[in-house]
Amino acid sequence: MTVSDHPRGGFWSDTGRSGLGSWIFSTDHKRIGLLYLFATFGFFLVGVVLGLLLKFELMTPGRTIMGAEAYNAVFTVHGVTMIFLFILPGFPGAFGNLVMPIQVGARDVAFPRLNLLSWWLYMGGALIVLTSLFTGNGPPDTGWTFYVPFSARTGTNVSLAVFGVFIIGFSAILTGLNFITTIHRLRAEGMTWGRLTLFTWSLYATAWVQILATPILAITLVLIMAERMLGTGLFDPGRGGDPLMYQHLFWIYSHPAVYIMILPAMGAISDIIPVFSRKPVFGYKMIAFSSIAIAAAGSLVWGHHMFTSGMSDRAVLVFSFLTFIVAIPSAIKVFNWVSTLYKGSISLEAPMLFALSFIILFSIGGLTGLILGAAATDVHVHDTQFVVGHFHYVMFGGTGFAFFAAMHYWLPKFFGRRYREKPAVIAWALMFIGFNILYFTMKVLGMKGMPRRYYDYLPEFATLNLVSTIGSWILAVGLVIMLVNLIRGLLRGEPFEGNPWGGATLEWSIPTPPPTENFAREPVVTHGPYDFTAMKE
Amino acid sequence: MNQPLFISTTETVDPVFIFIFGASIVLFLAIAATMVFFVVRYRRSRAPEPTSAVASNIGLEIVWTALPTLLVLTMFWYGWQGYLGLRTVPEGALEVTATARMWSWNFTYTDGRNSAKLYVPVGKPVQVNLVSTDVIHGFFIPAFRVKRDIVPGMKNQVWFVADRPGSYDLFCSSYCGTGHSSMVTTVEALPAKQFEEWLEHGGGGEEAAKLDGRKLAQEKGCLGCHSLDGSPGVGPSFKGLMGQKVTVVSGGGTREIIVDEAYLRKSITDPHADIVKGFQPIMPTLSDLSPQQVEALVEFIEGVK
Repeated sequence: MTVSDHPRGGFWSDTGRSGLGSWIFSTDHKRIGLLYLFATFGFFLVGVVLGLLLKFELMTPGRTIMGAEAYNAVFTVHGVTMIFLFILPGFPGAFGNLVMPIQVGARDVAFPRLNLLSWWLYMGGALIVLTSLFTGNGPPDTGWTFYVPFSARTGTNVSLAVFGVFIIGFSAILTGLNFITTIHRLRAEGMTWGRLTLFTWSLYATAWVQILATPILAITLVLIMAERMLGTGLFDPGRGGDPLMYQHLFWIYSHPAVYIMILPAMGAISDIIPVFSRKPVFGYKMIAFSSIAIAAAGSLVWGHHMFTSGMSDRAVLVFSFLTFIVAIPSAIKVFNWVSTLYKGSISLEAPMLFALSFIILFSIGGLTGLILGAAATDVHVHDTQFVVGHFHYVMFGGTGFAFFAAMHYWLPKFFGRRYREKPAVIAWALMFIGFNILYFTMKVLGMKGMPRRYYDYLPEFATLNLVSTIGSWILAVGLVIMLVNLIRGLLRGEPFEGNPWGGATLEWSIPTPPPTENFAREPVVTHGPYDFTAMKE
Repeated sequence: MNQPLFISTTETVDPVFIFIFGASIVLFLAIAATMVFFVVRYRRSRAPEPTSAVASNIGLEIVWTALPTLLVLTMFWYGWQGYLGLRTVPEGALEVTATARMWSWNFTYTDGRNSAKLYVPVGKPVQVNLVSTDVIHGFFIPAFRVKRDIVPGMKNQVWFVADRPGSYDLFCSSYCGTGHSSMVTTVEALPAKQFEEWLEHGGGGEEAAKLDGRKLAQEKGCLGCHSLDGSPGVGPSFKGLMGQKVTVVSGGGTREIIVDEAYLRKSITDPHADIVKGFQPIMPTLSDLSPQQVEALVEFIEGVK
């Protein structure tokens, strides 16, 4: 476990190839993982800037910096970028690729070339989405949900954007296939299903959702294009169509997609908390099982986005019931994470701080989800700022903070250098505070009745909106500090060697940075992923 | 006095909010406090080595699976009962039709009277039938906890009752394009007697009354996009528009015209024919305008100087 003489060593240099071509045509899962990391995180930053513009516009009632049309385009592009270009491909693409093959003891994923194709499809789709912003009649203004009939009528560039998302869908399906095959076929000797890391388990559950749900999104998107270009009238009630059919199709994918976004984040948290507590994870089987349960039950709850749509009351009854069922495995995970801390030896370093704040923010997001799951209360808060606050708690406070935890936990392993601890903690504190100011006020605004997707609002909402905007600035300052610290540290920081945190999973048993094919000889696994005593011996 | 046979929508929904929020706050504080306690108690400076290797406890797992299950099923049932209350319209409710279009509201009463605000009598349940002429809108009155999407081609309705006189916000909740956030009006709850007077005052609807262009422009949503003071909006400001020289885009080419009555008339009845350069072709066609209404609007716009 030494850093070679080369500035980085390992997979950065041991093939002898360098230059752009050695990256964008590489089939090494680690290089592809980093390509995903740079691309998805780059889009995340674009989304952040758009989000800050939205909050700036909402600082005062009426026009602050942009008009209604610009605002509508910005919130649409913010949503599309964050969801389709960052959060869906981010965790599986970046950390799934970087870490999972090593965690199962494999030299690479099952289909390395297919893996490269997935990245190219993702980039191709992303470029098409970007093109749609600057061509035709301007960026889409439909919201990321592309609801008909509005999306069939608007003159903006919806078709091209939808086509880009369609292409990205194939990338997700292929990544899912690749991961499932890898986990089934390429586990090292002794790597039983009961010894898989919980991160790998979560990716396994995620991959099934990607394969099964994404084709439905693809079909839905094709139907929007047909509606716009061929005038098929499938969703037009004047011609025998039904706007609600679109909503069903859209959410049959897009609700399970929420679990594609959150499951790998839960998996990463399940890997990080035991390491910084020096204790085996509590309830391994329950956490692994609950990932599968969430993926399965989560596929049946899409209708809770439609309680006010005019869908039948019977359907509201069924979907409300199923929604509450999904809450149970999520609660089980939270209880098990907290119990892992019991009688441990807890070290509050940056990855752990982000992981613990994940538990807090995800719990707030999950509990406010109960308000949305209950039919009577959903009616009041549906389509208000409350919903926006809720899903940012789950998606940003949950997946986003888990992504930051994963960056601080795993990236030093792959770069061979580390960030400074103190700025990381300061950045975490600012982000945690700013986050809560920003999004908690949005929940209050929603309870008071302020609808979402409002460019302008009544004077009674002014104070809270101002507070929320100030929160967004605090969050942004923290984000910038974190980013500068990470970039500086990973490129020029102190060398990162060995296994400073004492992780017991396989990625901590190989040199830093890992060599191209990970293992000099195939590992034989003799203990579980969180068996810290076995590792010391 | 007769006891009402219904519970207001607000009184139906609020207890569900209180129950779920109450249980959530207790649960959250328990989780957060336990976590913080563990982190402080077992921090590495105080506990250099873990003092337990316990990795599972079947009893605990059963308890924290069963209790949340009971809790959430109670929430589900309570929420469902409240929802039924929102969906069951009391007998004898006053019927009003709400017509939503991009981006204005119009409320029609059974005798044909219509208005841009929703006037209702205090203490009497009101059933609002929801009609959309274009895309999906949403009918939302926060004060009464009611919301329902207005889907073109679909029959949807909501009901509520105003307990005391006052003015309550009414929003469009479902995103419907550029003017979405200006699709805001109010519910005016009047004492029963006053409401009757209001209903009769207008008589047989607005055709009979002298057409007021300004009022019409307000009701049809024109002023949501076209300002009266020259400030920039989604569409050109009405101020000084008549007689102005503008460049218009039509059929791909551009040309210069002087705004006259004929142009205004055409722009109202066929909005996409000639678009003033720099604006988007997004104005909806108001197909239900009578010729008299168009003339009233043209006359009004001419007068905005």
